[in-house]
Amino acid sequence: MSSADIYREVILDYYRHPRNFGKLEKFDIDSHDSNPLCGDEIEMQVQVGSGQKMEEVKFTGKGCAISQASVSMLTELAKGKPLGWVKELSKEDVFKMLGNPDLGPSRVKCALLGMKVLKTGVYGYLGAQYEEKDEGELP
Amino acid sequence: MLKAEAFEVAKVREDFPILKRKVHGKRLVYLDNAATTQKPQLVVDALVDFYTRYNSNVHRSVHTLGEEATAAYEAARSKTAKFVGADPKGLVFVRGTTEATNLVRFAWGEKNVKKGDVLVATLMEHHSNIVPWQLLARSKGATLKYVGLNPDGTLDMGQLEDLLREAPRLVAVAHCSNVLGTINEVSAICAMAKKVGATTVVDGAQSVPHMPVDIGAVGADFYAFSGHKMLAPTGVGALAARKELLEEMDPFQSGGEMIKEVFEDHSTWNDVPYKFEAGTVNIADAIGLGTAVDYLSSIGMERVRKHEVALLDYALRALSEVKGVKIYGPPDPARRGGVVSFNYADVHPHDLATILDEEGVAIRSGHHCAQLLMRWLDVPATARASFHVYNSYDDVDALTAGLHKAGKLFRL
Repeated sequence: MSSADIYREVILDYYRHPRNFGKLEKFDIDSHDSNPLCGDEIEMQVQVGSGQKMEEVKFTGKGCAISQASVSMLTELAKGKPLGWVKELSKEDVFKMLGNPDLGPSRVKCALLGMKVLKTGVYGYLGAQYEEKDEGELP
Repeated sequence: MLKAEAFEVAKVREDFPILKRKVHGKRLVYLDNAATTQKPQLVVDALVDFYTRYNSNVHRSVHTLGEEATAAYEAARSKTAKFVGADPKGLVFVRGTTEATNLVRFAWGEKNVKKGDVLVATLMEHHSNIVPWQLLARSKGATLKYVGLNPDGTLDMGQLEDLLREAPRLVAVAHCSNVLGTINEVSAICAMAKKVGATTVVDGAQSVPHMPVDIGAVGADFYAFSGHKMLAPTGVGALAARKELLEEMDPFQSGGEMIKEVFEDHSTWNDVPYKFEAGTVNIADAIGLGTAVDYLSSIGMERVRKHEVALLDYALRALSEVKGVKIYGPPDPARRGGVVSFNYADVHPHDLATILDEEGVAIRSGHHCAQLLMRWLDVPATARASFHVYNSYDDVDALTAGLHKAGKLFRL
């Protein structure tokens, strides 16, 4: 592992100047999680528009450069995408987004916390919609 | 500055085989001793010797191996007790400090704490000296209150006096903070607590491994520490208490070994300390603790302490010269244990630990099981470097060099 690969200019930039940082006034999804090991915390809010598209995505949180840059980059990727995109999102996508740094097992959790929060929120939202529908078909 | 040595560190390092290994191609610089220390070859040999020569259960086997194992296990108890100025009859082997405080919670707390009682802990405690009292307070309808800190990271003794006016049942305090390094005036605190009839629990996890401790002189009712932080194997530690106090208490865990006689409807308890050592005890690791005590005694705890104060003094100076480093805890090395917690500009401690690891430098990052203290410091986490006998001035230099590298990577 080379920390020069992990802490590239772009990662530090997202850490120090996070995009989509803040809270939404109107949101349909509100998801929160933390990593008890490091104390990294992330809250994500999503406003869902027509066609099940994520119209607005914002986050707040605190933690290391990896967790905070990762979630911020993820909000940019997610914005405008349909909810189904979140279901397809994989660990590999997140690693690729971060420039495929060689992270040790304990730091991988930092990188993936944002994805976990987004998935938890979106799955919960889809699940609630599913329960509201009697026909039993997934939205 | 003068790099004086209280003993020959290079020679001590030879006793620890792990220090020869490389991490990411670099010399291992192990500065995570407050979490756990490395083990000298002697301690590893003691385990191998037990398992290859006289492995047997203790106390009830009358054959040769059983008698040898019992003798070694009890010798470890005597040595450990002597090392900390405790009565061997009042020294219970436990898994570690956490099990010791839980033992007190159940075996003493369930019987002695009543509804409406006040329990006192401090904001600098490790979770192992907070959560058991939280649960005890909840189950008994008691209230847990906290002594705050002065800006320099020492205990607010005025606030302690105020809380003692409420005649608490229990006062729980660390001898040495695992984050700030603050050495608390535990003998004065125990004396003050005794005056108002409070029972005292002192967490010695960060004191016994690093400085001479005389539990008798401290005057604590209960004093707990862990073996693995003092060169011994994991899974063994001790709770020291007055024999009479242990005798009044109910058992903690129950089953074999801790009984005298078992009848269909009741049982009688074994003598202390065996009453609190239910089941087959951790024989090998207790013997390992005895060996670690021998090893530390051969260096001398006065010299261990002197060595750590010198390193601490050097480290505090070196770190404070790095622009952007904020150090927590008392500035005077004489008033703190061999642990330095700090933050470096906006570099998160986890990022710092990753960058240092690449240089072979192992530090701790996070909340150090002291979330109340993190909140008081108003930080989510800190980086922490902590020392033991095998650390050298070179190790501190490696830490400082690693910080400069982190500074470059983070464009500070």
